Amino acid sequence: MTAATGGYAETLPAPGELGPALHLPHLEVLESEGIHIMREVAAEFERPVLLFSGGKDSVVMLHLARKAFWPAPVPFPLMHVDTGHNFPEVMAYRDDVVERFGLRLLVASVQDYIDDGRLRERADGTRNPLQTVPLLDAIVDNKFDAVFGGGRRDEEKARAKERIFSLRDEFGQWDPRRQRPELWNLYNGRHKPGEHVRVFPLSNWTELDVWQYIERERIELPAIYLSHERDVFRRGGMWLTAGDWGGPKEGESIERKVVRYRTVGDMSCTGAVESIASDIAEVIAEIAISTITERGATRADDKLSEAAMEDRKREGYF
Amino acid sequence: MSVGDTSTMTATATEQPVQSSGAPAAGSVARLDSNIEMLRFATAGSVDDGKSTLVGRLLHDSKSVLTDTLEAVQRASRDRGSDGVELALLTDGLRAEREQGITIDVAYRYFTTSRRKFVLADTPGHVQYTRNMVTGASTAELVVILVDARKGVVEQTRRHLAVAALLGVRHLVLAVNKMDLVGFDESVFTAIAADFATAADALKVDGQVVIPVSAQLGDNVVEPSTSMPWYSGPTLLDHLETVPVGYDAWLQPARLPVQYVIRSAEYRGYAGQLASGVIERGDVVVVMPAGLTSTIVGIDTFEGEVERAHAPQSVTVRLADEIDVGRGDLIVHPRQEPPVVREFDATLCQLSDRTLRAGDRVLVKHTTRVVKAVVASVNHRLDIETLAHEPADSLGLNEIGGVTLKIAAPLAVDDYTSDRLTGSFLVIDDHDGQTLAAGLVGDPIRGATVSGGGAT
Repeated sequence: MTAATGGYAETLPAPGELGPALHLPHLEVLESEGIHIMREVAAEFERPVLLFSGGKDSVVMLHLARKAFWPAPVPFPLMHVDTGHNFPEVMAYRDDVVERFGLRLLVASVQDYIDDGRLRERADGTRNPLQTVPLLDAIVDNKFDAVFGGGRRDEEKARAKERIFSLRDEFGQWDPRRQRPELWNLYNGRHKPGEHVRVFPLSNWTELDVWQYIERERIELPAIYLSHERDVFRRGGMWLTAGDWGGPKEGESIERKVVRYRTVGDMSCTGAVESIASDIAEVIAEIAISTITERGATRADDKLSEAAMEDRKREGYF
Repeated sequence: MSVGDTSTMTATATEQPVQSSGAPAAGSVARLDSNIEMLRFATAGSVDDGKSTLVGRLLHDSKSVLTDTLEAVQRASRDRGSDGVELALLTDGLRAEREQGITIDVAYRYFTTSRRKFVLADTPGHVQYTRNMVTGASTAELVVILVDARKGVVEQTRRHLAVAALLGVRHLVLAVNKMDLVGFDESVFTAIAADFATAADALKVDGQVVIPVSAQLGDNVVEPSTSMPWYSGPTLLDHLETVPVGYDAWLQPARLPVQYVIRSAEYRGYAGQLASGVIERGDVVVVMPAGLTSTIVGIDTFEGEVERAHAPQSVTVRLADEIDVGRGDLIVHPRQEPPVVREFDATLCQLSDRTLRAGDRVLVKHTTRVVKAVVASVNHRLDIETLAHEPADSLGLNEIGGVTLKIAAPLAVDDYTSDRLTGSFLVIDDHDGQTLAAGLVGDPIRGATVSGGGAT
């Protein structure tokens, strides 16, 4: 018994006979799937929105969106949930991209919520968990019915079971036991008024796929993804950026390090990794031999408990 | 569970099943290749066959588990009072699963070797197995079915096999696990392989491979076994890395379901992902179900025009004539048109706890078109072990059966056995939007084909 290929009809050309051009590399398979998902959403939903933080996953999503509808413009706006503690380089990048590609951007501001008392600053100064309320309010206020997120299933165990179309109730909650089965390339986006669907076009991508795709497509990223010198201090096993947002505190000392970021998020809980990778190819080489997952290396909020992500997702986090 | 005397030479591996192997330096350079193939596969097994351990072993030994993930699993293993690392914990994702020690839902895993990128749909083997396995197998090109060497081919194995055959999975692997617990005995393996071949042949499944493994000890998962010198075939990973994939879709007639019409001032293009086949600029095409003919004058991508495109590429085509084309239409070549039907026979896998009966009004989502439908009749229920058709007037959760559907608008459908994407559909509840059933046009196991009867 062997791996038979005898299922092909005699009259069809054998694999390879039509030439190597028909072998589709994995990045193209992933790209085609992502574009297919975006077009399905644009066709079936009234008011989609794409969550855009300037982070590499959202940048890749935007790239897919531009490809999916070209030569027409991207038919939905972007939304950024701004914690108020974002890296200035990332904000500049975000605004530049919006301008350059003629996009529409909405900003939901955590700072506004803190300023008018709707949210309270946490004792640890971390603002990532505070994003949920402004996000859900913005979804309701704008009547968004589909929300593209850059989540990938390889990021974390709870994500491994999330669908590409993930139905959320009026409170934005995810119920893993009531997910719809997803078969072939057929997505069921039907929802009741007030509900919305989170859509994850990068579900089947890994961190390495994202980086390889960025290299292949020559996609520009915020500068902090590449190696640079920075004033940092040590907290919770991570190198955090020194700044007005709340660090360093007493007992923590500033050091000048050569670092880069593997994810970009809130400055209070996004750690830098020591790295001399100064271009995408070097980043890829570094990732390929890295032994720490992306979230483990750089996200303090996921370390709180093993079920941390699952709990936040149930509550309506990205 | 006791380890047999014959396996003492590898018993040390049980005590220290997992080492944090540090940087996966070996192979890391090859992993930089961004031009590798992708294989989607699924795993299926009964409770206690050791499937989670096998998957954990595959991820671990292929150096796909990173240090902090492994540390979390080591911590969790200690918390549960076990020595060493429970590889199964690498794959049990949700809190409820860890608490109850079961797997609830299909989980997707990703790993890359120097030869391929793998997308694994890990399907649980207990109560909801049909629903989950149908889901996992729908996108899989290969299914790994596990059996316990002490039990051999059991009822559940035949069910898994039948579901894989039904869903048109071309390559099957039977992993005979726990070989260490039968003393690595060749005759046990040979008998199981023969049973499996009989069952698979009855379903006309071509690509079968049977591999003796010990997920617990790692034999023949990634590393060849030293305890089974009588086995000269590939390890599981070897096979996954070399089995031919992805060659089917573009050898079939071209099928381009129109997803979206892209319009701008002077542009009108029909966007979609090729379900199968190849299209070229200059091709004469027919737009189904209306049957209008035109010519492809351009195939556009973001990077510019291309001469041809093939499945599964997402493209945008321009047509020579101003004809009415919209979402839900299907672009094909002349003389390769699928039948256009108003009523057709299909096989349904019931995914919801709502029972389906004759007279039920539902929605059918087929490629990019959603149409109203009514279940004209429930024709039979499939006995998944004997493959016999039993009389039935309803289909309950996890049941598979034949129905006749009447639809409110004509659909261009292929038989599932000739095209997986234009031969499949979802049955959706019009009221609450639930996905009720997975639909396959025709009777994939018996091979009955869709007829053009009832065509408009």
